[in-house]
Amino acid sequence: MDILPILTTLRRHKITAFLVILEIALTCAIICNAVFLISQRIERIHMPSGVAEHELIQIELASIGAKADEFARAQEDLAAIRQIPGVTQVASVAQVPFGSSSNNAGIRIDPNQPKSMIDASTYYGENLIETYGARLIAGRNLRADDYRSMDAVMEGVRSGDTKLFPATAIITQSMAKRLWPDQDALGKSIYIGKIPLQVVGILENLVRPSIEDDSTANYSAVIPIKLAQGQYVIRTAPGDRERVLKIALEKLKQNNPHRIVVQKRTWDEIRGNFFQNDRSMTGLLIGVCVALLLVTALGIVGLGSFWVAQRRRMIGVRRALGATRHDILHYFQTENFLLATIGIALGMVLAYGINLFLMTKYELPRLPATYFPIGAIALWIIGQLAVLGPAMRASMVPPVVATRSV
Amino acid sequence: MFAYYLDLALRSLKRNKVLTTLMILALALGIGATITTLTVLRLLSGDPLPQKSAQLFYPQIDPNPKDGYVAGETKPAPTMTYPDAMNLLHARRATRQAAIVLSQAKVMPLQANSHPFFSDTVMTTADFFAMFDAPFQFGGGWNANDDEGAAQEVVIASFLNDKLFGGTNSVGKVIRINDHDFRITGVLKPWAPQPRFYSQDLGGRSYGDGDAVFLPLKSGRAIKMGPGDIECYAAVSDMDHLEAAPCMWVGVWVELGDAASIASFKEYLANYAKQQVSLSRFQRSETSLLDLMGWLRDQQVVPDDVRLQAGLAFGFLLICVVNTVGLLLAKCLRRSREIGVRRALGATRSAIFAQFMVEAAIVGMAGGVLGLVFAELGLLGIRHQPAEYASLAHLDLAMFLFTFVVALVASLIAGILPAWRACVLAPAPQLKAA
Repeated sequence: MDILPILTTLRRHKITAFLVILEIALTCAIICNAVFLISQRIERIHMPSGVAEHELIQIELASIGAKADEFARAQEDLAAIRQIPGVTQVASVAQVPFGSSSNNAGIRIDPNQPKSMIDASTYYGENLIETYGARLIAGRNLRADDYRSMDAVMEGVRSGDTKLFPATAIITQSMAKRLWPDQDALGKSIYIGKIPLQVVGILENLVRPSIEDDSTANYSAVIPIKLAQGQYVIRTAPGDRERVLKIALEKLKQNNPHRIVVQKRTWDEIRGNFFQNDRSMTGLLIGVCVALLLVTALGIVGLGSFWVAQRRRMIGVRRALGATRHDILHYFQTENFLLATIGIALGMVLAYGINLFLMTKYELPRLPATYFPIGAIALWIIGQLAVLGPAMRASMVPPVVATRSV
Repeated sequence: MFAYYLDLALRSLKRNKVLTTLMILALALGIGATITTLTVLRLLSGDPLPQKSAQLFYPQIDPNPKDGYVAGETKPAPTMTYPDAMNLLHARRATRQAAIVLSQAKVMPLQANSHPFFSDTVMTTADFFAMFDAPFQFGGGWNANDDEGAAQEVVIASFLNDKLFGGTNSVGKVIRINDHDFRITGVLKPWAPQPRFYSQDLGGRSYGDGDAVFLPLKSGRAIKMGPGDIECYAAVSDMDHLEAAPCMWVGVWVELGDAASIASFKEYLANYAKQQVSLSRFQRSETSLLDLMGWLRDQQVVPDDVRLQAGLAFGFLLICVVNTVGLLLAKCLRRSREIGVRRALGATRSAIFAQFMVEAAIVGMAGGVLGLVFAELGLLGIRHQPAEYASLAHLDLAMFLFTFVVALVASLIAGILPAWRACVLAPAPQLKAA
């Protein structure tokens, strides 16, 4: 197919050709960035947690006015839950991964560092690692003699008696790598304030609650402190969750009917809630992409039809001079391909510009080059599909048109 | 003349129904998306107290240790310690001032067999209601003596009054909060600033029905009500006596009438920080006094996602306008002959231009009406989202009218090029071709 005659024709339709190119360029630029945003969101939604995702239940109770025997009451609750058939593990916790409330602490690796190196989430509670199902990849698990009670820790802060503090901690792999990039973290100490905690174990992963920055999402430390805060996490087989949750609530109510159930849900729901915004944003972006491609396609159909109608005589003459239907079809297809290619090239530059803007404004990463072909292919396909109708109509124009004055 | 153009335009639009539908549909999609996102953006960046916001200020100081401090680049802390808040309050340098702490209260209904429930609670001081223009339905607030004496008095929101007392005048009645009896001194009219500016950084929600229970700060603390958000800058041994702990958990708002009083309060605040530095209580002397809207911007109450959506919608509208330009141009060039005939019969260029602009405007108005439908659908979708502000996303009269302005402007911009092309066509060649 000869491109020159197409270019000559287009030069006589500068404005309309320019409009098609502009529309394709804008669409291409937005699609590239939108697809990139979609993939970012999807990646975030699938952020690994390091816990036994489909086996966990969270129950949070609130009772006003702390009783002196709070700890004993928590033990009663735990014992009651443990008796429910199907329950494999249970723990009294202060926070859940991807939950909304969190305890965090500045971490140093040397008590004399002027500023803490990182901010990590601190998990407390007995039997926590087993219940969450976090995987220990080095060192040992926490033992009974590692644990101190929360009251003892508070007493220690008051009196300055360091024996009342826990002396060990288990941290995640990514936190260990951040603190000691080239060394083994096992046996080293982290400091919360002036309190040293020896790292005895490393977890593959344990995501923190209320994530502020995705790059630090896995900075968590498990510190052996016993708790009684009325928040329980139960581990059970996925199919048993509904039943166990119901029975557990009944048993907790029997133990103390004067409590308010603040939270009762499976961990899948917790994850679902946490990423709800990302999910709706993904849906919205996909919707915008589809609508954009649709509008662009409609524009191409409209202008294509107009061009065909305008060039009926020219088509007739070409047919009379021996061009086949195929030639005419190809002519319009090539023309569209040409316009799309120019539009896409412009669109790439524009896409890069939009990305630069988003990078400064929303701290987005740079648009990887792999996203450019996605926009290009989408627009080539849309362009060809859109022009097919008008091009077919053009190829049906009989040669006899050439002999009539239109 | 206009009526004639209207008739011509309608005829022309009817002649090519598919193209017309496409144009209107595309424009409507763009307008619908733009109006939907702008409504949300306006909702989120709106002024919660338009009549008062210019006089309300949020003082900030910084008791944090020297660690991590970069002179001139470190923002002061968002909340205050209890002693600092009380010092600022008792100095009475502003027309009005109030300390604010958010919490949850366990409210016990009066009916025998009903369950207690949690309500959003504000622990504050006497000036709160007058300063924020919170209107009373029955009774009134408490006074400064009640603040100091930790009086067991409470103001409740109208929705809580409806729930507990069936909407009757409950002033003087007793309500059980965290297992203590409180006397109701006032019931507010429905009052819920959106966003709830005073809850920023104190652990409260930004949107929704508003708070249910308001009580004196000392009274709340006396029954062990804890703040929603605590930030400590040194080791803490006793979370029960936060008043003395090195922790920040109180927000302070002040009302300042004129520029002179703003300047003098700024100076007072700076002197206060310097004085604390010289007493070695503070290590940093940065202060800040943002007005209400400035504080909301500082707190970034408008999520990035919402801005991104608005940007996306505008991009979409731009593409729809380009699309409409193309289609209108195609339509008008096809009618070259008709234009030639009209010109030959004496129509001026401006008459042709006007005729095509009227046609574009009709497309715009139709796009606006359909865009309104799309916007309503979009907002319906937003209301089903999990966001806090979701239920507030409604099209108001201003946005309703703005829809048509956007539609008209978009279509007229789209119409200029085709109309201009039409009016500069030389009539003779068009007639000759026929």
